[in-house]
Amino acid sequence: MSENQRTIEIEVLRYHPEKDKVPYQQVFQVPFTDDMSVLQGVQYIKDYLDGSLSFRWSCRMAICGSCGMMINGEPSLSCETFLRDYYPARVRVEALAHFPIERDLVINMEGFIEKLESIQPYIIPKEKRTLEQGEYLQTPEQLNAYEQFSSCINCMLCYAACPQFGLNPEFIGPGAMALLHRYNVDSRDGGKAERMELVASEEGVFHCTAVGYCSEVCPKHVDPANAVNQNKTNAAADYFLRFLAPKGGAK
Amino acid sequence: MNKRRPYVRPMDGWWRRNPFFVEYMIHEGTALFVAAYAGILLNGLLHLSRGEAAWNVWLEGLKNPLYIAFHVLALVAISYHTYTWFKIMPRTMPPVIVGGKRLPDGAITGGGLAVAAAASLVLLLAVWGMAR
Repeated sequence: MSENQRTIEIEVLRYHPEKDKVPYQQVFQVPFTDDMSVLQGVQYIKDYLDGSLSFRWSCRMAICGSCGMMINGEPSLSCETFLRDYYPARVRVEALAHFPIERDLVINMEGFIEKLESIQPYIIPKEKRTLEQGEYLQTPEQLNAYEQFSSCINCMLCYAACPQFGLNPEFIGPGAMALLHRYNVDSRDGGKAERMELVASEEGVFHCTAVGYCSEVCPKHVDPANAVNQNKTNAAADYFLRFLAPKGGAK
Repeated sequence: MNKRRPYVRPMDGWWRRNPFFVEYMIHEGTALFVAAYAGILLNGLLHLSRGEAAWNVWLEGLKNPLYIAFHVLALVAISYHTYTWFKIMPRTMPPVIVGGKRLPDGAITGGGLAVAAAASLVLLLAVWGMAR
């Protein structure tokens, strides 16, 4: 290691379901260099100090969305958060807030995956086209309408930032709603009516109280709070407009 | 045997965990001052409907130093509420497209604050003009 190597204290929230009743803090002394991320710090712990430490990671470049953790209480991707920014203070690492802890820094994401499935995150074509008819064309303006929301990498930082999700895990939450919106405003999509039932449901957008922290922590600038709040208006419009233009089957 | 035992962390005191949540709670809390002030004005309206004598009793009551102190406090709280309201506004509305480009967040927040300030000033001048 190079000359400018220093040692930082990393405090990790540990939890092993087979022996621990509740999670506890454990502090490790980790040598680091200026170019080391928090993820590399916990990798050092696993490789050299305690092989039983569990955490998720994959790409190391803020694309895969696997390595989200609470770093000093803020939901962050550990691969793009650097140890040098915390030194000489201790850095505190915990599993993503508001999710059940499976083991150490690994959370249980089953609820999120179910929500993701429920929003039908794929284009339901407005009109079926044959191969001969060619591709679905879109103008740059039509692309602009949804492009930002398509940048979501499912890292769940927004859920760890949402106290309403923490208080009621049934809430569909910012990430899934951003993706729902991404498909609803796509000019090629015809699935909006189906998805709006979810938006307006008990688990839908009205759990949101516009805290707005979800959009602050999003590493991809998706602005999920905007998707959620635009859909409050959409759901309210659906509710009132049905009196003017009944479509049948309105619930 | 299944070894899984997912641990759910408690949410007690959640709003003290992050400065962002504290600011949110202050924002929500200052809404109570907005409601309280609406109550004061409604009470004034009620007195007005009962005739001049009742109205003057209400006016006299407003001169109480405690009432004046509350007004100062309410002004600070409502100003903060206004500021945080427009700060979150870009996140709560559909994108505004001007000349093919999306209006930046700062313009929406700034525009909202400017309109609020101008409306307050116009109202103040109008009331001033009527009171003279």
